[in-house]
Amino acid sequence: MILVTRILLAGLLASLLSVAQAAGLTIEITKGSQTAVPIAIVPFAQQGTVGNVKISDVVSSDLGGSGFFKTLAEEDMLTKPSEPERVNFKDWQVLGQDYMVIGQVVGNGGSFNIQFHLFNVHNGQLLMGYRLTAGANELRRAAHHISDLIYEKLTGRKGAFNTRIAYVTSSSRGGAKQYMLQVADADGFNPRTIAESPEPLMAPAWSPDGSKIAYVSFHTKRSEIYVQTLATGQRESVSSYHGINGAPAFSPDGSRLAITLSKDGSPDIYVLNLANKGLTRLTNSLAIDTEPSWSPDGSSIVFTSDQGGKPQLYLIPVSGGKATRLTFQGDYNARGRFSADGRSLAMVTGNGGSYKIAVMDMASRTVNVLTDGNLDESPSFAPNGSMVLFAANKGGRSVLSAVSTDGAMQQKLAFESGEVREPAWAP
Amino acid sequence: MKFNKTCLALAMTAVFLTTGCSSTDEQDAGLADASQGTDASTSGLSDGSMSGSQFGSGSGMSSGSHLGPEFSDPNNPLSKQTIYFELDSSQVKQEYVPVVAAHASYLASHPNQHVILAGHADERGSSEYNIALGEQRAKSVERMMKSQGVTAAQLEIVSYGEEKPAVSGSGESAWQQNRRVEVGYQ
Repeated sequence: MILVTRILLAGLLASLLSVAQAAGLTIEITKGSQTAVPIAIVPFAQQGTVGNVKISDVVSSDLGGSGFFKTLAEEDMLTKPSEPERVNFKDWQVLGQDYMVIGQVVGNGGSFNIQFHLFNVHNGQLLMGYRLTAGANELRRAAHHISDLIYEKLTGRKGAFNTRIAYVTSSSRGGAKQYMLQVADADGFNPRTIAESPEPLMAPAWSPDGSKIAYVSFHTKRSEIYVQTLATGQRESVSSYHGINGAPAFSPDGSRLAITLSKDGSPDIYVLNLANKGLTRLTNSLAIDTEPSWSPDGSSIVFTSDQGGKPQLYLIPVSGGKATRLTFQGDYNARGRFSADGRSLAMVTGNGGSYKIAVMDMASRTVNVLTDGNLDESPSFAPNGSMVLFAANKGGRSVLSAVSTDGAMQQKLAFESGEVREPAWAP
Repeated sequence: MKFNKTCLALAMTAVFLTTGCSSTDEQDAGLADASQGTDASTSGLSDGSMSGSQFGSGSGMSSGSHLGPEFSDPNNPLSKQTIYFELDSSQVKQEYVPVVAAHASYLASHPNQHVILAGHADERGSSEYNIALGEQRAKSVERMMKSQGVTAAQLEIVSYGEEKPAVSGSGESAWQQNRRVEVGYQ
């Protein structure tokens, strides 16, 4: 029998990052996939110092939430082996599992050695074996890394568990509203506030390298576009024209922002050069033109326009020229966002007063509606294209939801209080 | 079957031991992977030092505190400072024409008085499109006021789209109250 195994040593540097757990955050899978692959994540054995994160729980939640896997509940496991030689594959075959993961965590003061093995339950083949080291504050990151490795091994696609999201929360404190722009891990943990204002903050957009966020602030009681560097907190006002300054979107090379301005009349799409603040006007209509988003190759921009009477999506070359209409079904198609490979376009689609998230296949131009909400908005693709994050309304409250791009699986990220809107998945 | 399993376990232990100490190739692959992990940690570090910042509140002028008693007389159209709109429409409804006219006439006779026309939309549809819709509503009111002698210098427009609902919650009654232009005396 030939076993191909890779035992890799991945050292994650200890950081001073303080782990702020998401207070009151719940992740709820609201729609499970029928075709999900069964996988058992056996609780990892623990030796030595105990960390504040259960690695196997995070991996289980990541994989279960991806829509591709159905994880086995701990109470249904007949045994909980942590070493390869202790695994009796028959126990897992009878439970209908296809794959299983076992592991150990050895705590040694401030650092943790994590080891895990992934098996095919049907033939007992070891598919993957890894060892990694993580600091006490990096256990969630290490767990997401493990999820990425397993996901890529079994699906052939890169995982997106170690990524971040940005979103805007609003809450009332003693009658006064407070808006916060926050950045968190993709599963909602470790939220950090990067801007806070009593006036609205909106439309966060990531730079392609993930180091900056552009957003709109109304703190002067007018709209203004800022670009903020995450590492330093330093922010720069890049657009404060008369009228609307809105809907910023970074070009794929990070040098320009597509924005909406109404300084010359009705809202139109402009391209702002971030180095010299030079403006190029891209659309010139009496209609509303807004919500620009770049194609990943940087050659064209998709935007919402009501030049035909109702809002629909159009595509225009960045070099200028005529816009081509992309959407024809339904009376409302807005806020297009490309997947990283440019093959799909997520949008808000409205019919009869109900707004849902849909994805257009760019090659065939067919549109697939993914969600069944009434007030779904702000779609944003995961960097690997596997899921679309969006804002939904549940019981009169805005929450974040994610749906797999085949629509089979949906999960909800709910915060304890306040509204959460305008999500943007980091590249 | 049973034999196979034992065999598997033994083989694995063997691989484990050898790769664990001597397989430099795989160690290298591991290091490459590790450096990826380090990148992630580095960006994590920058997250850690990510400084949030508080925007101060705006100019904070209280609206209308210096206005005359006609603004608080419920029988005077000047007491109405909110103009409501139909779904997806920026046309001033007939019932609000006298309200806009009353404010226009007051402003025309008080040329030093400024107002901010704040346009709003209900929560349905996408937020940036709603910003545009709110601006169109404010511009409709602005046009009517200008046609009645109010100067451009007296008027300022801002649109908050669906970001500042007057009434929270969903449903037609909330939406009706949120599709509006507020006339704010400065």
